[in-house]
Amino acid sequence: MSQSPACPRIGVYVCHCGMNIAKQVAVEAVTEFAARLPGVAVARHYKFMCSDPGQELIQQDIKESGLERVVVASCSPLLHEATFRKACAAGGLNPFCFQMANIREQVAWVTADKGRATSKAKALIAAAVERVSRAQPLERKRLAVGDKVVIVGGGIAGIHAALTIADAGKKVYLVEREPTIGGHMAKFDKTFPTLDCAACILTPKMSSVKNHPNIELMSYSEVEKVEGFAGNFKITIQKKPRYVHEELCVGCGECVDACVFPKAKFPSEFDEGLALRKPVYMPFPQATPAVVVIDPNTCLQLTKGKCKQKCVEACQRGAIDLKQEPEQVEVEAAAVIVATGFKTFDPRGLPQYGYGRYGNVYTSLEVERMVNASGPTGGEVVLKDGAKPRSVAIIHCVGSRDKKTHPWCSRVCCMYSLKLAHLVKERSGADVFSFYIDMRTPGKGYEEFYDRLLEEGVHFIRGRVSHITDWAMTKAEEGKLVVSAEDSLIGVTRRIPVDMVILSVGLEPQPDAQEVRKKFNISCSQEGWFLERHPKLAPVATFTDGVWIAGACQGPKDIPDTVAQAGAAASEALALIDKGYVEIEPNTAEVDPEACSGCKTCLGMCPYHAIRRDEEKGVAVVNEALCKGCGTCVAACPSGAISQHMFTDDEIYQELEGILSYV
Amino acid sequence: MRFLYYPGCSLKSSGRAYEESLLAVFARLQFPLEELPEWNCCGATAYMGIDEKKAFVLAARNLALAEQHGDGQPVHLVAPCAACYLVLLKTQKYMVEYKPIGRAISDALKSVGLKYRGQVKIRHPLDVLIKEVGLERIRAAVSRPLEGMKIACYYGCQVVRPFAEFDDPHDPMSMDDLLRACGAETVDWPCKVRCCGAMLTGTVEEVGQRRSYMILHEAMRRGVDAVATACPLCQFNLECFQGPMSRRYRDQVEMSVAYFTQIVGKAMGLDERTLGMHRLFIPLRQPPALLGTSHDC
Amino acid sequence: MSEQVPVGQPPDWEPRIVAFFCNWCTYTASDLAGVSRMTYAPNTRVIRVMCSGRIDPQFVLMALRQGADGVLIGGCHPGDCHYQEGNYKCLRRFAMLKHYLAAMGIDDPRVRLEWIAASEGDKVQRVTNDMVQRIKQLGPLKLEPVCQPGCRAMAGDQPSVGNRAVAADI
Repeated sequence: MSQSPACPRIGVYVCHCGMNIAKQVAVEAVTEFAARLPGVAVARHYKFMCSDPGQELIQQDIKESGLERVVVASCSPLLHEATFRKACAAGGLNPFCFQMANIREQVAWVTADKGRATSKAKALIAAAVERVSRAQPLERKRLAVGDKVVIVGGGIAGIHAALTIADAGKKVYLVEREPTIGGHMAKFDKTFPTLDCAACILTPKMSSVKNHPNIELMSYSEVEKVEGFAGNFKITIQKKPRYVHEELCVGCGECVDACVFPKAKFPSEFDEGLALRKPVYMPFPQATPAVVVIDPNTCLQLTKGKCKQKCVEACQRGAIDLKQEPEQVEVEAAAVIVATGFKTFDPRGLPQYGYGRYGNVYTSLEVERMVNASGPTGGEVVLKDGAKPRSVAIIHCVGSRDKKTHPWCSRVCCMYSLKLAHLVKERSGADVFSFYIDMRTPGKGYEEFYDRLLEEGVHFIRGRVSHITDWAMTKAEEGKLVVSAEDSLIGVTRRIPVDMVILSVGLEPQPDAQEVRKKFNISCSQEGWFLERHPKLAPVATFTDGVWIAGACQGPKDIPDTVAQAGAAASEALALIDKGYVEIEPNTAEVDPEACSGCKTCLGMCPYHAIRRDEEKGVAVVNEALCKGCGTCVAACPSGAISQHMFTDDEIYQELEGILSYV
Repeated sequence: MRFLYYPGCSLKSSGRAYEESLLAVFARLQFPLEELPEWNCCGATAYMGIDEKKAFVLAARNLALAEQHGDGQPVHLVAPCAACYLVLLKTQKYMVEYKPIGRAISDALKSVGLKYRGQVKIRHPLDVLIKEVGLERIRAAVSRPLEGMKIACYYGCQVVRPFAEFDDPHDPMSMDDLLRACGAETVDWPCKVRCCGAMLTGTVEEVGQRRSYMILHEAMRRGVDAVATACPLCQFNLECFQGPMSRRYRDQVEMSVAYFTQIVGKAMGLDERTLGMHRLFIPLRQPPALLGTSHDC
Repeated sequence: MSEQVPVGQPPDWEPRIVAFFCNWCTYTASDLAGVSRMTYAPNTRVIRVMCSGRIDPQFVLMALRQGADGVLIGGCHPGDCHYQEGNYKCLRRFAMLKHYLAAMGIDDPRVRLEWIAASEGDKVQRVTNDMVQRIKQLGPLKLEPVCQPGCRAMAGDQPSVGNRAVAADI
């Protein structure tokens, strides 16, 4: 085919991606094919197009061969589109005169037959060539960004991120749905493998949060609505009524003493139900903010409307207000960090382990409270009857590595089980039996900690526990809990009678992770963890610009990893703010006033109210700053008057033709 | 929706009491069960161990007949015997999951002019009573609540695993719920799904009897009036060897072992003979308050 | 199920399916299928759009006219649209389009809408394989190359139903 003057000069570059593509796609044949496509002036193949020499190839050809359009056939545009656009720009070509053909993720990696993989690659390249011939040079718009950050979740991830950003001089709103920040870490006694006390390292950070001039702590609050986009979010936060004026309360506890309930009666959430609290309570002594809260589900006044309201009387500062209503606050933020954490697996889902049936079967989190010096038993390990256990079994992988519950490894259980084994032994002198599948101790000082426990004489039995029962078979088993498991190292089924069982429960996504995900317009993996933009190269970014994730909401992880992620998310948010602007992908819609009939069909299509009707001219007008580039209005326009840059009808029809006309 | 009843060999012989009480209870609940015509052996146990393919074909023939009987309507095949229930479920699953097995079965069925499309739903009576009839209807049909009666529900190893999905495989509750709806008290005990000894009682007697003894011993320890079963072989193993067990383990073993349907029927005020009570070797132990009240005639 | 070749169909015939995938969910899922090395039938060719709401029913018709044997549309699950509700708009248009396709005598399985979330790489594999299988049973889509005044093919090139050769082959 002869080169028509209207047809721009196109360069096609086929990437081998090492052997990733070349193993399955005949790259030479594909390049030869591409060279003969209409408008193609240069066609090359190269080992790694994304490498410096690969990119230089493009730049050089733009300059020397006068390329006007570029096609790279390599991996997914979601991975390297930005890279090659930059390469085009560096060569002096408008970065939007570029098109990618995805022949790795959507061809080489998913096609068994080499011949058919090669033809599919040809079809996709032909499509890209046809499409790029219609591409138009475009300019990116810049929008100024704000300088505030909203952080959702006040566990160690949220706390660390908040302090990092606040120390950089930026304003942070830290939103926590519980009455206090601290999260799971606040409940722990010691942390592995160093056995330093969790409270000693966490509570100073908690009070820094409270006292930091750049942090506005919004406890007992939840994000209601998120609008806007990277750099300019508008976030509605609901403050739940705690029935106490936070600014007046000094946390003296007079109201708690005065409450009409003479004794604590309701299970304490913080103590995992092992201790009791009153309807008016402070979750724990170091709670931050150090303010009491009134539980609307147990307070007599709030449930029955009838109480002497002694608490109100007792508070000399008049901080208690039983008529408090929920309050909505709207804040602006340039960036959002979601650090909503995890939930532990409920072992009632595995009835064979007897949790809820046998009093002395505990979850690991309950035992964390028990071994905590400020916990319900003052750090003593005791049975339900108050006696010290003489033997304790710890069962690993409860709700982990099991197709019937969760297939994943929860990563922290082996290590915290070792820690609990040490603490239980130290506090009670009991014989400890640890039932594991594989001992997973990858981390600095972790394997050494395991070695130490072996030295300490903890009995390690490799085998998944089949059941726990009070069904005694021998005299020695009478009155005990019998743990039955195959010891897979010696190939024998063992029944071990113990006084207490600790179930090392796994980590799972928060029950409302899906709702949270929708609010922030981010994705979840199949298991329900928040999805990172790239598992290796963008582990804290999400598919929504301006929203980052940190900590166990992204997947099970321990404290050091969580803090590392929180720091990463904080610095990425800071990078956005310091840059000062966001660039908007120029894929917005535009109305051709000549063709528009002013029918208003498009107005109702736009979820962002970006289109209005110019009443004077009787035509629709798109506000580019509001348009997000979905293209819904384009497909709806009955007179074909709207087009979407980068996705014009012409470009798509041309792509279609490319797909179907050659191969 | 049609509910066909597949008795299997046991319910026509050693487990007649199960069939009699099952049909009586379903009749009382106005939930008719129609016997599958021309059924054959389900292919269980020994058959499955010696020639798997033939066992599958036997089971599949029953399924094909049931499907044919449905005339295009969805058919539920109710299999009260635990072994039948398991083999039918297994066949259904393997036909789909293992192509060569599916093909072998289809070919065999074809030779006798049958075809199975996999449309039959295989159900256990416990499943049907809980999910289809519902506890409400059962409560309404109870005329003589079993007040004061303490029962250990014994599901055996095959009813809830490995293929069944209607109840928890480790801690099933359907029979407990059912008997509680009849006014009885059921105990939480660890032997619900333990093996009764099954065929071993007839082959390696000591091993088999030991399994049964452990279960009965635990039931006695929990002070129950009776053990309720859902399987003819369990019932046989647990009930018929109590004498030898007593001698072997130097322990006085005495425990009523009845089909759950017999106990439900009792709560509905059905007559002893209709429920096959006379076929039990050890009469069903009942608290004094309930004695003598169940004879309507 | 045996793969019987319908009468009159060349034995090595492979259907060509054009897939319109939204950038945020289904295109990402398709990449995930790749990263997870899930092999599936190579008959689909994906056109990426930002949102399934961008998909004009005319794209589908044009694809069929240009020689595709089927069209697959993939969008985010209801309630998950990156642009709030583009997928609902797509669904509405799809319902209308189905009506039209039925009137034109185009078999139902040839045009399909699926909600595939970013995490559902396995669904891309499943749906693609299933669709290829179904279309294989139907055979090639033989549309009369009718050209109405004003249609694109009239305006520009020849109606090029499927057989354009590259330069050197002509």
